[in-house]
Amino acid sequence: MAGVDDFAQVLESVPGGGIILTSVDAVADWARGHSLWMMPMGTACCAMELIAASFSRFDFDRHGSIPRPDPRHTDVMVVAGTITRKMAPAVKLLWEQMPDPKWCIAMGNCAISGGIFYYDTYSVVRGVDEFLPVDVYIAGCPPRPEALQDAVLRLREKVRADSMSPGRRRAIEGVLPLPTAGDGTAEGGSE
Amino acid sequence: MSLVELREHLCATFPDLCPLFSIEFGDGVLQVGPERLHEAMEGLKTLGFDMLGMVTAVDFGEEFELVYRLRAREMGVAIIVRARLPRHTPRAASVTDLWPAADWHEREVYDLFGIVFEGHPDLRRILLPDDWVGHPLRKDYEDPSIIRRPDYR
Amino acid sequence: MSERLVVNIGPSHPSTHGVCRIVVELDGEIVTHAEPIIGHLHRGIEKMAENRTYLQIVPLTDRLDYVGSMYANWAYCRAVERLAGIRVPERAEYIRVIVCELQRIASHMMGIGSAAADTGAFTVFMYAFEQRELVVDLFEALCGSRLTYNYVRPGGVSADLPDGWVDRCRTFIKGHPDAMREIDRMLFGNVIFRARTKGIGVLDAADAVAWGASGPVARGSGVDYDLRRDDPYSMYPRFDFTVPLGERGDSYDRARVRLWECVESCRIVEQALDQLAEYEPGVIMTEGLPRLLAPGRGDAYDHIESARGCLGVYLVSDGGVCPYRMKVRSPAFSNLALLPLLATGHTLSDLIVVLGSLDPVFGEVDR
Repeated sequence: MAGVDDFAQVLESVPGGGIILTSVDAVADWARGHSLWMMPMGTACCAMELIAASFSRFDFDRHGSIPRPDPRHTDVMVVAGTITRKMAPAVKLLWEQMPDPKWCIAMGNCAISGGIFYYDTYSVVRGVDEFLPVDVYIAGCPPRPEALQDAVLRLREKVRADSMSPGRRRAIEGVLPLPTAGDGTAEGGSE
Repeated sequence: MSLVELREHLCATFPDLCPLFSIEFGDGVLQVGPERLHEAMEGLKTLGFDMLGMVTAVDFGEEFELVYRLRAREMGVAIIVRARLPRHTPRAASVTDLWPAADWHEREVYDLFGIVFEGHPDLRRILLPDDWVGHPLRKDYEDPSIIRRPDYR
Repeated sequence: MSERLVVNIGPSHPSTHGVCRIVVELDGEIVTHAEPIIGHLHRGIEKMAENRTYLQIVPLTDRLDYVGSMYANWAYCRAVERLAGIRVPERAEYIRVIVCELQRIASHMMGIGSAAADTGAFTVFMYAFEQRELVVDLFEALCGSRLTYNYVRPGGVSADLPDGWVDRCRTFIKGHPDAMREIDRMLFGNVIFRARTKGIGVLDAADAVAWGASGPVARGSGVDYDLRRDDPYSMYPRFDFTVPLGERGDSYDRARVRLWECVESCRIVEQALDQLAEYEPGVIMTEGLPRLLAPGRGDAYDHIESARGCLGVYLVSDGGVCPYRMKVRSPAFSNLALLPLLATGHTLSDLIVVLGSLDPVFGEVDR
């Protein structure tokens, strides 16, 4: 991303460059926000709701969120379910295989904090944010498919606030700030 | 077949197993020593117990108790076989040669309790990663990552 | 001359139906050995149960078999009731039978649908999921949750049937057999599906018994064994139903047994609803249960026929308010152990079909 940042800074310093930057940002963010392809990291119960969400009743595809099982095709990883210490390295590996820019949705209490498996257990990672930068958290055990839908719409707001120029990135109320470079390679959750 | 009939059947076929048999909570229970476990299981198999439902263990401090549940489809009865193993040498004979179903179940007991099954073809951890230290279902298992639940009840 | 090739599938792979890793040894495209590596969803529920009161464990059992939560609820409650000597009101038992038979439909829809999707028949998955959503709606009206119900409690059930629920349920079970016949034509009459599943992963009856297989996996091989009929529990002796059996024990038969079980479940639900009408509403919980159950010392095992087979719970009590040990005998665990046996000798793509026909749920396999 460094090259893009440099380019954006050069462009901003040129007279009229800001107009080009705004237009390019608008097109890029619109395109990204409306085709958030999902990497369904469904491990447990929430995976059922993830499947239900993309099926006929809730019909997720109309938002442009198509589940693709290949990390290299996807923009957003939906972590749906409990992550155990045995599973965490695989999740991290898949996250690293996803191309930038990428986002992460933590679906359900297990992915947020371990949820019902917080106490007394020896094998559960307490929240996927121990090793991934999470953008949107959805509470529920499991959350309804509508909640996942809402999360994708919130994520779209966040994507639209993005810019090629670091100075132009806007903060969205109720949404965490954009991850900075290096967040994606934080320490692994398995101690 | 009722449990009383099962007791008669068992006593007629294997008189030496007879005193070990009792009826608890509506289940037939056979309590054997670890050294006679395989022999007793072999006997039960010839008696018609063709399905091995589960193998598990309970940590009773000084001793581990192995629990097997067998079912005879023809006779329509089930039996629980228990064997107490000393904690310092938790070893028992594998029954994989009698029921292949025991394969994964015994691996699970080994994984979570550290009980070694002699004669098992491939005794490795099954649920936890291979490099895990300790056997978590033992009552004295210590892991700094466990957060104890506050007493809400 | 051929070259040995080791291929890793999973743990996150769309056709492993969860988080299962399979290390496959290939000779060309033929599987010479397949080893499932499980435990990626091992959450230590059995350890957690040792520090929970008997009532607090019920939500944990929901998360075992998350495609069919009601079963684990019920199996656990039966073990507690046996341990503590609780008698359940008959109305509650009828409601339990009804919800569990509906749950069987919901679970089999997932099983058939995903098995179909594995062979490329994605449309059938959509049709099957439509039926599943109808059941989930009924459950939502009953206990407010789509997936994790926490409905069956020690001593009864948590809530009585709401107004109009019986009629909605009747409408569903009236339409469901027709939907099943449609899926039968669409999937089991489909040339591609037949070619992909017939003769693939043949399990003979003797192996099924020796490996402890149960449920549709054993019945697909012709093992005529169903706990509902052969070790009757609850209200099942009062119903008239047949147990569908397969003949050849291949993937096709296993999937088809599931389909006809759904139709039989509709029959059971219908009879249960008829008989339920004779009972006074509101009597759904045993009177006088203490807030904190503390059964005496001892142990108890009880099992039910879940959508995947014989689901048992073994409880040991030391007289305290928490169980000393809880063990879940999961049918999917035993069924999955058959995978190396069934997949060897087939192609890699058939391995996926075999895995789909075993219908494992990894919450239950790994606990």
